[in-house]
Amino acid sequence: MIINHPLLGPRDSAEFVYLGAAELMNRPDPETASADDWHDYAYLRDNPAGTHRELWFHEGGDRSILIVTRDTTTHEISAVELARRGAPK
Amino acid sequence: MTQKNRLDGGQIDRNTTLNFTFDGKTYAGHPGDTLASALLANNVRLMGRSFKYHRPRGPLTAGSEEPNAIVKLRSGARQEPNTRATTAELFEGLAAKSQNRWPSLAFDAMAINDRFSNFLTAGFYYKTFMWPAAFWEKLYEPIIRKAAGLGSLSMQADPDEYDKGFRHCDLLIIGAGPAGLNAALTAGRAGKHVILADEDFRMGGRLNAETLNIADMTGADWAAHTVAELSALPNVRLMPRTTVIGAFDHGIYGAVERISDHLATPPTGKPRQILWRIYAKQTLLCAGATERPIAFENNDRPGIMLAASLRAYANRWAATPAQRIAIFTNNDDGHRTAQDLHTKGVKIAAVIDTRPDAPRSHDYEVLRGAQISDTKGRLGLTFAEVTLSDGSNRTVECGALGVSGGWNPNVHLTCHQRGRPTWDDTLAAFVPGGTLPPGMTVAGAANGTFSTHGALKSGADAARKALGIKGRAPAVPDAEDAPITQTPFWYVEGCSRAWLDQQNDVTVKDVKLSHQEGFRSVEHLKRYTTLGMATDQGKTSNMGGLAIMAELAGKSIPEVGTTIFRPPYTPTAIGALAGRMRGKEFHPTRLTPSHFWAKERGAVFVEVGNWLRAQWFPLPGETHWRQSVDREVTATRASVGVCDCTTLGKIDVQGTDAATFLNKIYCNGFAKLAVGKTRYGLMLREDGIAMDDGTAARLAEDQFVVTTTTANAAKVYQHMEFVRQCLMPDADVQLISTTEAWAQYAVAGPNSRRLLQKIVDSDYDISNEGFPFMACANITVCGGLRARLFRISFSGELAFEIAVPSRYGDALMRKLMEEGEEFDVTPYGTEALGVMRIEKGHAAGNELNGTTTALNLGMGRMVSKAKDSIGSKLSERPGLNEADALMQVGLRPVDAGDKVTAGGHLMNATGPVDAKHDQGYVTSAAYSPTLGSMIGLGFLKDGGNRMGETLRLVSPVTDLTVKVEVVSAHFVDPEGERVRA
Amino acid sequence: MHDLTPITALGGTAPRTDTVGDVTLTEVPDVSLASVAARVGQEDLCATRLAKLLGATAPEPGRASSGDPYAALWTGPNQWMLSADFNTHEDIAADVNAHLTDAASVTEQTDAWVCFDLTGPRINAVLELLCNIDLTRFDTANATRTSIHHLGCFVISTEAGQSVRILGPRASAGSLHHAITTAMASAL
Repeated sequence: MIINHPLLGPRDSAEFVYLGAAELMNRPDPETASADDWHDYAYLRDNPAGTHRELWFHEGGDRSILIVTRDTTTHEISAVELARRGAPK
Repeated sequence: MTQKNRLDGGQIDRNTTLNFTFDGKTYAGHPGDTLASALLANNVRLMGRSFKYHRPRGPLTAGSEEPNAIVKLRSGARQEPNTRATTAELFEGLAAKSQNRWPSLAFDAMAINDRFSNFLTAGFYYKTFMWPAAFWEKLYEPIIRKAAGLGSLSMQADPDEYDKGFRHCDLLIIGAGPAGLNAALTAGRAGKHVILADEDFRMGGRLNAETLNIADMTGADWAAHTVAELSALPNVRLMPRTTVIGAFDHGIYGAVERISDHLATPPTGKPRQILWRIYAKQTLLCAGATERPIAFENNDRPGIMLAASLRAYANRWAATPAQRIAIFTNNDDGHRTAQDLHTKGVKIAAVIDTRPDAPRSHDYEVLRGAQISDTKGRLGLTFAEVTLSDGSNRTVECGALGVSGGWNPNVHLTCHQRGRPTWDDTLAAFVPGGTLPPGMTVAGAANGTFSTHGALKSGADAARKALGIKGRAPAVPDAEDAPITQTPFWYVEGCSRAWLDQQNDVTVKDVKLSHQEGFRSVEHLKRYTTLGMATDQGKTSNMGGLAIMAELAGKSIPEVGTTIFRPPYTPTAIGALAGRMRGKEFHPTRLTPSHFWAKERGAVFVEVGNWLRAQWFPLPGETHWRQSVDREVTATRASVGVCDCTTLGKIDVQGTDAATFLNKIYCNGFAKLAVGKTRYGLMLREDGIAMDDGTAARLAEDQFVVTTTTANAAKVYQHMEFVRQCLMPDADVQLISTTEAWAQYAVAGPNSRRLLQKIVDSDYDISNEGFPFMACANITVCGGLRARLFRISFSGELAFEIAVPSRYGDALMRKLMEEGEEFDVTPYGTEALGVMRIEKGHAAGNELNGTTTALNLGMGRMVSKAKDSIGSKLSERPGLNEADALMQVGLRPVDAGDKVTAGGHLMNATGPVDAKHDQGYVTSAAYSPTLGSMIGLGFLKDGGNRMGETLRLVSPVTDLTVKVEVVSAHFVDPEGERVRA
Repeated sequence: MHDLTPITALGGTAPRTDTVGDVTLTEVPDVSLASVAARVGQEDLCATRLAKLLGATAPEPGRASSGDPYAALWTGPNQWMLSADFNTHEDIAADVNAHLTDAASVTEQTDAWVCFDLTGPRINAVLELLCNIDLTRFDTANATRTSIHHLGCFVISTEAGQSVRILGPRASAGSLHHAITTAMASAL
């Protein structure tokens, strides 16, 4: 696969490490979250046949973590953004 | 040796003769020949035996779709089985052997199978070797394995090298026939980066096999002229001998380039093959078409070939399998073959055309509305039995028979992204479907455009469209533009032992049987009969099978559909997929800064991940590793030892929020750690399980140096980047690995300070008061070299770790040895390190094994409740905090001579020994020279409250039962007085 | 002056040179390296100070700049690797930190890397066997991190098609050297 890096352009997915679903970014608030919230965060993932938002770490590149929106049935990638919000280049 | 069947002309170099052998007999050929063309020229039609029935076989085709002429090439370690004689380029000294026959190709004992063909039909193995089940492994399988299979491996390591490489282009053109060449010309002249790949060693595709003209020259000359122009363009890369084997995601193509296959051995340093990964913005598939056969009784005899392949042998290679040839066709292309052969002086016995209205010829007899009902000839064709239109029979004498059932576009690569081809009624063939791999277009015969003119035009048009080339299209050179209609004719009515898949010996009868027995889906048909599952993947056979299945099912061919085409397009050597990653080069090797010194000292090395670490340093007279390791431990605890610990991961954490960040990733607190101090840290996964441990040294208010275990360095860095970028995006934290920047040595033992005082510059006070336990500082050594010093201990002794820039690591180690002479300084390796950490009860990889929590490790109270950290919440789960939770303990054998084994399980002193009564397990074990017995670390239920208890350590796999006593894990200096000395 | 004698990444006292045909691989030990990462909220200040230090705006993603005494290459968002002559700037981190102060985190990287220069008219034939770089567009001053036989390396185009600088992990200098020289023998 080729991931179109927002800063570096098209790069082979072999340069990246897959980190899992992008929901991992939504860590529960330790002040308010219930045990169920933590359980869901640690263990439960959707497994969609279709669009999936996921994290790819550019280990063999600039070390950015990207949020990649990918169709799991066709591997078509419809969006790529830097995970770090508002990160400038 | 005379080449009896060599004709005039052809694209071979007759000035050079190449000698080669086939089954030990010597023959002669010429540069430009394939093994198959040279053998045919030498009047050899029989080249192999079939897979199941051991039927005599010769080549069916002149290309990579070949099912029959499969041979062993070369000898010794280079012996390569199942190589297609039709693509093997001839070289001087080539040695080929036929396969699947014993004792000889002409007399094959296993040909007896042919007599029992009534039993060996589809599903034979499934039906016959069902019972008794125990017989399968011991009896049936070994016998079947011995009889089955084609070629055999050399059973020696491949002596050749293979490379991998990467190429990028605007346009990848697959296939250098008229469409591909004209596309390359169009794109190349427009200045685009073009790669033109073709599996053949001579570009031109069918143009080399035809006598048709383009403009005012022959097709072959036009191809040569075009290749010459293209090779002069710097932006065009020609890749002959290169098979594009797969179309992968997003415009990535796999291609195997055969660099040295046409040479006896690769030149020094050169690879045999290169597996290219080609990144193409656009791809143009010009893979041409494959002629399809017609099935008839006994259609597999040597000499029966596809008609256009006969034509190719005659025109390109000036070779013919016989001097008297018949043609069996259902379309005009068969007549083209007859005409070309006739022109070359080959006698045409007859053209048998299934069409009642077939064109007539002045040059040879045409039998209109006729069909072949059977053939004769044991080791090669001698007669064809023909049923004429009026129902009468006629025997046609011929040494070869060209069969033409029309053409199938080569759609394979269009389907590698799960696209399905669509049926074209005019062509009666599958053509590329609507869902092609992104960026791919198809031109020429591969797209069903069969005429030369059509191929030239569609190639140029497709290139212009794919690349957005503007302006008026240049004129297409004059070329043949015959209309094509194909009326399907798949098999001769009433035939039974008529081969569809010649390589896997699947007949019309097998397909009928499959249908009869209910295996009617095309995927079931394939697996039940093995149709199309041989090394040729059914390139010449699948369509026939589908057509018959459709007819039996009363469906149309598109309704039946095709099986899925998968990479690789042609068989690919495992060596090419491995590339250079073999043996010692499987992964890179990492050397520590003291490596060259350690090697001089005769150290024994161990691989730890990619690192090579000194395991122990044997001295003269030491004959067993334990002697060396015991000595290293004892010497370190008695005076001073030095160990290279560079391999521990080091991560530089900076920023105003660095302490906050560490508070998040470690379960214990770091915010209040003073500058100049180091602290042990335990990192949890979010689910509360321990991930890694190490130390963090605060070198400045906003700078820490974090260490990780050797094995987890990359994983911990990745985890830290996740926390930084995804969970704390606004925090001011910067991370960078510095593992290899610093050579870091542990200097341990009661004399470690005295040794370091000779190294560390006197400006720095490293006394116990000036530099207490867990202190850290930037210092200088040896007269001004910048360095770092940490007072941390893994061994339990007074110890330091000292770091200098890696290039000075070698010199520093030598200096430590030199200055340490007065203390009998001892270098120690990873074994002694391991012994000392077990003696001290420090957890390592065996204890941080992905199932253990801080509580299990005896560090439950370290998990700070005053702050949130990764894993802190879920580590509070009741399931991880039960009263009898596993706790790390020390274990000593009651009888000091007994063995303690890691992996053994703990059972109560009395009672049953089974999983139900399991009390825990041993994680680490070593002989402790300090205690004079083996010791172990392990996890024991409620271990904290069971000190002094006697248990049984059992290891059923090694038949071990030993009485052990539960003790504190801190075997040595439990009060920690030494580290603070 | 300290009395420790350095060795090169390949373990020699002098840098190693290998030539195959018209392409030469040279180990370059005399390079100091420091990583510069802008502090969060200080990106503009860091850019200003860095521009002053480099004499030009710090390189954009995928680019490198040369200069005296400091060359630079982009390594990540708001992050660069600065290099200088080891003989004059051994303590590069301290020197750079003095200029950037609290605008950036500076980390010594000199000995984290082995540096090779690959020069000659056919280097692209070697590079295409080693790493996945689009050489049709790898112009002078382009720079990228890439993988060479599983080793994460920086490749900097110092003269398109003629010369590249390769920074690879120092501990694997031997493996990297073997990979490059093997590719040279294969391609040239």
